[in-house]
Amino acid sequence: MGKTVVEKVLARAAGLPAVSAGDVVEPRVDVAMSHENAALVINQFLEIYEGTGVTAHPWDVSKIAIIFDHRVPAESPKTASNQKKIREFVDAHRISRFHDIRGDVGGICHQILPEYGYVRPGQVVVGTDSHTTSHGALGAFSFGIGATEMASVWTLGVALNVEVPPTIKIVVNGEFGPHVGPKDLILHVVGKLTAQGANFRVLEFHGETIRKMSTSGRLAVCNMSVEAGATSGIVPADEETIRYLREEAGVTDPIEPVVPDADAVYESVVTIDVGALEPQIACPHTVDNVKPISEVAGVRVHQVVIGSCTNGRIDDLEAAANIIRGKKVAQGTRMLVFPASGRVFQEALDRGYVSDFMKAGAVVMNAGCGPCLGVHEGALGDNEVAVSTTNRNFKGRMGNPKSEVYLCSPAVAAASAVAGVLADPRKGN
Amino acid sequence: MGKVAFVVGDDVSTDVIYPGRYMATVLPTETPQFAFANDPALNTKLNAKLVPPGSVLVGGKNFGCGSSREQAVSCLKGWELTIVASDISRIFLQNAINLGLNIITAPGVEAAEGDEVVVEGAKVVNRTTGKSWDVVPLPPARQAIIDAGGLIAFTRKRMLEARKKG
Repeated sequence: MGKTVVEKVLARAAGLPAVSAGDVVEPRVDVAMSHENAALVINQFLEIYEGTGVTAHPWDVSKIAIIFDHRVPAESPKTASNQKKIREFVDAHRISRFHDIRGDVGGICHQILPEYGYVRPGQVVVGTDSHTTSHGALGAFSFGIGATEMASVWTLGVALNVEVPPTIKIVVNGEFGPHVGPKDLILHVVGKLTAQGANFRVLEFHGETIRKMSTSGRLAVCNMSVEAGATSGIVPADEETIRYLREEAGVTDPIEPVVPDADAVYESVVTIDVGALEPQIACPHTVDNVKPISEVAGVRVHQVVIGSCTNGRIDDLEAAANIIRGKKVAQGTRMLVFPASGRVFQEALDRGYVSDFMKAGAVVMNAGCGPCLGVHEGALGDNEVAVSTTNRNFKGRMGNPKSEVYLCSPAVAAASAVAGVLADPRKGN
Repeated sequence: MGKVAFVVGDDVSTDVIYPGRYMATVLPTETPQFAFANDPALNTKLNAKLVPPGSVLVGGKNFGCGSSREQAVSCLKGWELTIVASDISRIFLQNAINLGLNIITAPGVEAAEGDEVVVEGAKVVNRTTGKSWDVVPLPPARQAIIDAGGLIAFTRKRMLEARKKG
């Protein structure tokens, strides 16, 4: 019987000849990623060892990655103290994959992991962040876990009692129209499947549109697979994956793509043609409340946010810069740009995008999660509306339960900043 | 289990259960005060200690969706609530099992505040309305963790066993 990608990855990681959906396995973990919530992971990790007389030391520090991104630079003494505690742990245990608050190697965890070649096809990746689904873009099985579960991984090196998830095959064909792209595709998928439609399942992406898509686009697609409830999104590794890892991430060691068998067993198959797809908007207050731009254009916008682990990469900034260049952010609207990493920021500087944004009146902030989760900066006033390239629009997500968030592509966000209302980038300004 | 203290709708996210701005607070002893912090009615009722331990929170579809933040579980556990919902998002369910929050999936479950809700065999029963719903068993893979008293205890045992084997 043929196998899906996740079945093949978990069989290898569990040291078994084959596994099928529903089997329970203990896969070895290849990458264990945390951000500021490593502060809680450390607490739980030490508690596991408490009273045992055994010295607490992680199973393999070369597989742990810690990246500060949620609150950078620290917004409060409490956060600063958490970050300090993590630094001390990192030093004590010599964790080398540590990305502190820096302009050169800092950034959002879901950008740093691919950028530095930490993730490879066929790996098992866990992260204490729900958007860890992102790394399936490189052909890994990558899923979010809680802090206590991460403490368990740090102790044992395996993810305990993982049920092999069934897979939904998503086949995407057709060519995107102008100003339509990966973000519109994944918003459409989430709307179609609903917010819990893929709960406990993997989405495996296929079709000519995916094959032609850059790794950056695939990261956006896999990133938001969790918004349909998916354990992981996966794009089977191909030539583009190898190109990205070699040319952009500087990987020199062997890369072994894991691809599904032709007769792999899928729970269901969903086919999508993007040829006629309009820019898609997730309307307040659920990510599956998705409508085409034509139904919601004209909504007054107070704040535009471009960035995040979903859409803060260089091609996202390029799409926005191409629209806003030589224009102005509308009066009464503010636009905030957050590159996904220091490297992306540097490239945006080199290519002149930062200048394009600033001349238009946008504020370009340091790399990090920014206002996405409402903890740090870019708060919204009562009854204000944000249009954002981020991934969640839950009530209060950006910090104020009396505000509204519409999710969209970088092109829609930039066009909306110029228009001061939710706008269709295909119509010009 | 006992009286229903709260009825919340579908798609209640961890941003609603435990807003992001309190995420720098990590200690399970300190998180309960911020449960449903953006909802003054719910949060005030909890902090005024008007909700006795063992009270039930009834959720709809996709309860606990969104962020993996474990505080969303520890804050509810701190008040010793039992969660009954139509379906529960994967990471939230696993965090609940790992930390020992009582959580039950019962598709279609309906209740109003003040109703008496109990588990009888494989059913959730609303004693006030007389209706009942089938309980979806937890993922079998997770039962060992519950039996061990949570993931910390389970992992500790496994770690010590592995050391004995050398």
